[in-house]
Amino acid sequence: MKADIRKIAVWIEETHTEFGKAISPPTRKAVACAVIANPFAGQYVEDLSPLIEIGAELGTLLGKRAVTALGVAPADIQSYGKAAMVGENGELEHAAALLHPKMGAPLRAEVEKGAALVPSSKKRGGLGQDLDIPLGHKDAAYVRSHFDGVEIRLNDAPRANEILVAIAVTDSGRPLPRVGGLLHEEAKGEDGLR
Amino acid sequence: MTKASTIGKDFMPELNIRKIILSVEEVFHEGGPKSDTPVLRGACYAVLTNPFAGGYVPEIAGFMEDLKPLGLQLATRLADALGGAEKIEGYGKGSLVGAAGELEHGALWHAPGGYAMREVLNGTKAIVPSSKKVGGMGTRLDVPITHINASYVRSHFDSMEIGLNDAPRADELLFALVMSTGPRIHSRSGGLEASDITGQDGLR
Repeated sequence: MKADIRKIAVWIEETHTEFGKAISPPTRKAVACAVIANPFAGQYVEDLSPLIEIGAELGTLLGKRAVTALGVAPADIQSYGKAAMVGENGELEHAAALLHPKMGAPLRAEVEKGAALVPSSKKRGGLGQDLDIPLGHKDAAYVRSHFDGVEIRLNDAPRANEILVAIAVTDSGRPLPRVGGLLHEEAKGEDGLR
Repeated sequence: MTKASTIGKDFMPELNIRKIILSVEEVFHEGGPKSDTPVLRGACYAVLTNPFAGGYVPEIAGFMEDLKPLGLQLATRLADALGGAEKIEGYGKGSLVGAAGELEHGALWHAPGGYAMREVLNGTKAIVPSSKKVGGMGTRLDVPITHINASYVRSHFDSMEIGLNDAPRADELLFALVMSTGPRIHSRSGGLEASDITGQDGLR
């Protein structure tokens, strides 16, 4: 384990009704996040490859945790997303190093396939700050019912020298989707778009 | 690993449950020695319609009976997520009441929430600490945690923050249970230790 992990948190959210209309089966989202030490806090470092390697490691760890939390087979995951919040002594580029070069491949291994781009967000922030993780269909980015997001927040993270890294997965789209567009059932999932 | 199953479909029709949240934290260290076994702290909570929202209702106590199955299901699910009832060392409970409700509605969770945890944890001796407040969507509630068998065990005094972005709506209630599997990660502030509990009074 390359990452110095202080904390791991897992969040499961189920929606059962909306304005009296039952949602059956309930829509479900899971987020797994880690609070890690930022090896480059407080200084400018040109080579970010250690963070890139940590990103790969967390792609597996957090991807597995999130899928396990929903208790479904990897193939049953329908959408995903990722995000990072860098504490005040870090640089936005540190989030980019974690999320973009190497996190995708191990995450895709955990959700089976994953032809679509993994939507992401990043920011710098302090303890208790909200982080909104975007969600998109894992195999066909244009599936409109699966455009969504999930908010996480840890009261004690990220400290100044830490980074909060999160992966979100679902086994469903929005609770009551009705704005048209490409449907989950229609998606081919070959080019990652449709 | 946290594992969850869907439980909402089993709820009694009287309760209109909109959302269920299960949140688990594993703490490995906080700047000190890294623990081989992380301390787990978890919360399981439901967002449901407040049947008394919008006006003063004199008789509300009957709702506690309706809440009993919810208490048991949340307590069972939470204990399972933390590794089973035998792993649990600390607990607490809390209520958030939406703007069209009354603080007193939050108090309806004391009996069904507390007794459910005692039952699932095979009989515990200490009072279940609690917090409650009225608030809007995104309000956070700090739920206190103390040792399940002796309230004075200092190492287990803790709390867990709960809440979610879209609850409680004005006519909703949020009822939460919280459990932990051990003391604060670098506990070293003295006082009664869990290994020194002697009485049966729930205090020491």
